[in-house]
Amino acid sequence: MNNPVVDKSAALPKWERIKIINSPRVRLLLFGLIIFYLVVTALTLEVDWGRIANGLPRAGKMFTGMIPPDMSRLELMFSGILESVQMALAASLFGMILAVPIGICAASNLVPRPVYLAGRSIIILTRTFHEIIIAIFFVKIFGFGPLAGVLTLIVAGTSFIAKMVAEDIENMPPGHLEAIRATGASFPKLLLYCVAPQILPRYLGVSIYRLDANIRHSTVVGIVGAGGIGQTLAATFSRYDYDFSCTILIAIISLVFLGEIFSSWIRSYLR
Amino acid sequence: MSALPLAGLTLNRNTERYRALKSLPTMLELQNLSKAYPNGTKALDNVCFTVDQPQVLAIIGPSGAGKSTLIRCINRLVEPTSGRALLHGTDVCTLNKSGLRKIRRRIGMIFQEYNLVERLTVMENVLSGRLGYVGFWTAYRRKYPAKDIRAAFELLERVGLAGTHNSRADALSGGQRQRVGIARAVIQAPDLLLVDEPTASLDPKTSRQIMRILVELAHERNTPTLINIHDVSLAHMFSDRMIGLCEGKIVFDGPSNQITPEVLTRIYGEEDWSTTIKKENQEESTPASETSAGNKDLRGEAATG
Amino acid sequence: MTQTEHQKTYPDIWKKFTPGQTLLRYFFYMLAVLIAVWALSDLDITWFYFLDAHKQIADMTVRMWPPDLSFITNLTTPLIETIHIATLGTAGSVIIAFPLAFLAAKNTTYNALTWFIGRLILVTSRSVNTVVWGLLFVAIFGPGPVAGIWAIAFRSIGFVGKLISEAIEEIDPGVVDAMEATGASRLQVLMVGILPQVMPVIVGTTVYRWDINIRESTVLGFVGAGGIGILLYSSINQFLWREVTLTLIAIFCIVILSELLSAMIRNKIS
Repeated sequence: MNNPVVDKSAALPKWERIKIINSPRVRLLLFGLIIFYLVVTALTLEVDWGRIANGLPRAGKMFTGMIPPDMSRLELMFSGILESVQMALAASLFGMILAVPIGICAASNLVPRPVYLAGRSIIILTRTFHEIIIAIFFVKIFGFGPLAGVLTLIVAGTSFIAKMVAEDIENMPPGHLEAIRATGASFPKLLLYCVAPQILPRYLGVSIYRLDANIRHSTVVGIVGAGGIGQTLAATFSRYDYDFSCTILIAIISLVFLGEIFSSWIRSYLR
Repeated sequence: MSALPLAGLTLNRNTERYRALKSLPTMLELQNLSKAYPNGTKALDNVCFTVDQPQVLAIIGPSGAGKSTLIRCINRLVEPTSGRALLHGTDVCTLNKSGLRKIRRRIGMIFQEYNLVERLTVMENVLSGRLGYVGFWTAYRRKYPAKDIRAAFELLERVGLAGTHNSRADALSGGQRQRVGIARAVIQAPDLLLVDEPTASLDPKTSRQIMRILVELAHERNTPTLINIHDVSLAHMFSDRMIGLCEGKIVFDGPSNQITPEVLTRIYGEEDWSTTIKKENQEESTPASETSAGNKDLRGEAATG
Repeated sequence: MTQTEHQKTYPDIWKKFTPGQTLLRYFFYMLAVLIAVWALSDLDITWFYFLDAHKQIADMTVRMWPPDLSFITNLTTPLIETIHIATLGTAGSVIIAFPLAFLAAKNTTYNALTWFIGRLILVTSRSVNTVVWGLLFVAIFGPGPVAGIWAIAFRSIGFVGKLISEAIEEIDPGVVDAMEATGASRLQVLMVGILPQVMPVIVGTTVYRWDINIRESTVLGFVGAGGIGILLYSSINQFLWREVTLTLIAIFCIVILSELLSAMIRNKIS
C-alpha cells in the first residue's frame, strides 16, 4: 500500500456543543467583567436625571404633536425625497465606476506592493470616517446643497464597493491568473478575461446593494447641510414642527423599504 | 469519417512548419537553470537539458522535486534565480516585460486544475489562447479573426468537444475542462507545450484519454512537449523521453524504454520497483486495443499525407 | 478521394450574444447613464463651486496641519463617552432584540400576526438612520449621551434582531422535535434546544454591531446626542482646524482598533 491513506476521521467534524470559550471559569469571569463594565459605565455617564425624568412626558407631548402627520406640505416633502433619490442614483453610478480601478489597486495578488498599499490606504481612510464627517468637509469646500451630498455618497460608495472588489480579486485561485498570463496576455487583457468574469456577478450585486444603502444615507447627510430630505427633516426638528417630522419619517421609512425591496428583487434576478 | 480530412489538413500545414522548425538549431535548451525560493529551499539546481526534435518529454520525480518549478521557470511564471532557458535561441530569462509576453504567446501551458475562466463560455476560453495576438478592443468585443474562430471550432472537434462551444466552462466535467485547456494551449500554435500534471485531478480512464489527445496533438503538430507527471506508468506509456528529477537535480535523462527499477530507485528512493515495471508492461499491452479508435486520426494522417 | 471533398469547413464567425442581447445590453448601459445625467442635472448643483474647490482644499490642508496636540487633554473624556455610548447602546439593543427575534422567526412565533408585528418593528428600526434616531431622542431626553445610547440601541435592534431571527429559522429542527417529544416545556425547549444553537450568532452579531456602532457614535454629537461628535462639530464651527485634525486622528484610531478587536473575536467564534 503505497497510496496515502486518507484519514477519514479527520475529515468528519466531531459533534460537540458549540462553546465559544472552553474553560467555564474564564467564561464566568468574562461574563462578570462585561456586566461590571456595563454597570460602571451606566453609572458614570454624566446624565441629567432630571431631564430624563421629564423625558417621558415630553416624549408623550412629542408623539401627540406628531399625530396626525401634517399632510399640507407634501410638495416640499416630495421635492426633498426626490432630491435624496437623485443624489443616491448619481452617486451610485459614479461610485460603481470609481470603485473598479481603486479595487484593482487594492488587490495584493494583482498589483505591485506600493500600489497595493496606496489602494488599501484609500479604502481604509474613507471607510473609517462616517458619511456625516465626510459630508461636513464637502459642505465646507463646496458649500451647502446636494453637491456636497453627492460627493459624500460617491466617496463612501466607492470605498465600500472597492473593498468588495479587492476581496473578490484576492479570493481568485492563483492558477486562473497564471493561465491567462501564460498565454502572453497583457495586464488589461488579464483584467478582461480573468478578473472581470470572476468579479462581475458580485460586483453588480454589491453595487445594487450600495444603491439601496445610498438611498438610506442620502436621508441623513442633509442634517449637516448636504442636501436631500435630511435637511428638511433636521429643520422640522429644530422648529418643533413634529407633525411634519412625522410625515417625513414615514416617507423615509417607506422609501428605504421600497429601496430594499427593489434592491433584493434585482439581486435575486442577477443570481 | 470526419476525422480523416481534418488530419490531412493539419498535416499539410505542419509539414511546412516542421521544415521551418528543423532549420533552427535547438528547440529548447536549459543551461544551468537554478531556482532558490526566498525561504532557502533550492527547488532547481543547475538543470541542463536540450530538446532538439519534436518529442514528448515526461518529467518525473517525487513531490517537491521541482517539477512544477522547472516548467514554470521556462515561461517565467516563476522567476529563475540563475541560468538560461533558450527557446529557439532566445533567452527567456533576460527578456523585458513585452519580450516576455511575446515569447509566452509561443509557449502553450496546460494545468492540473485546468484553470479555465469558469464564467466564460468554452469558446471564449479557447480563444483566450489568442489573447497575445489580438488587440484589447478585439478581445473585449470578442471579434477574433475568422481564422482563429475556425481554428477554435476545429480544435474543439479534435479534442472531442464539438457542439459545446456555447456552454459555460463551469458546466463541464473535469475531463472536458482539461480538453478545453488543451485546446486553449494548442490554439496558440505554440513552439513548446508545457504541461503541469495534466491528469492528477482525473480518474484513470479519463487520464489516459487526455494523455492520448495531448500526445497525438503534439506529434501531429510537431510541437515539443514537456509534461510533468507523477504517474510513472502513464509517463512510460505516452512519452518518448523521460527526465527524472530529484531534489532539483536531473538524475536521469533518456528514452522512456530505458527506465529500469534502478533508475526509479535513483529518482524516488529505495522501494520494490520490479512490480511497478511489471505492472507497466501489462498495461502497455492493453492500450493498444483501446487506442485503436483514437489512432484513427494518426493513420488517416498517414494515408492522406 | 480528393482532399477538397473531405475538407470540412468550420464556421469562422462566432458571437457570444445575439444582436438582440447586445442591443439590450447597450440599452441598459444607456439607461444607467441617462438616469445619472437626469439626476445630476435636476439636482440643484452649483457647478461654479468646482472652480475654486482646489483652492479651498489647499487652504484647508494648510490650516489643518499640524494637529494641535495640546487639544488631546480635551479629547479623552468624549472619546471614552463615545465608546460607552456604543457599548451600552449595543447591549440595550441585544436585550430588546432578543425576544423580538423569536417573534420575527417563522418557526418560533405564535401566529402570522405576531410574526408580522415582529418583522415590522425590525424593519422600522433599520429604516431610520442612527442620526435620525438621535434627532428624535435628543428631542425627548435633551442633548447628552442618554439620547445617543437610545439612538444606537434603536437602530441596532433591527440589525441584531434580523440576524438572530434568521439564525433561529435555520436551526436544526430535529433537536426541538426531540425535546418536545420528551414533554419539555416551551421555556425548556428555548433554553436547551434553541439557545445553544443560536448563541454563536448572537455573540458574533453583537460584536459586529458594536464595531459598527463605534463608528456611528462618533457622529451622534452632530445632533447633540453625546460623544466625540460634539467636540468635532464645535471645533469645525469655530474653524479650529488643527483641533479638527487631532480629533479625526483620534476617531480613526478608535474605529480601526474596534474593527480589529471585533474581527479578532469573530474569528475566534467561527
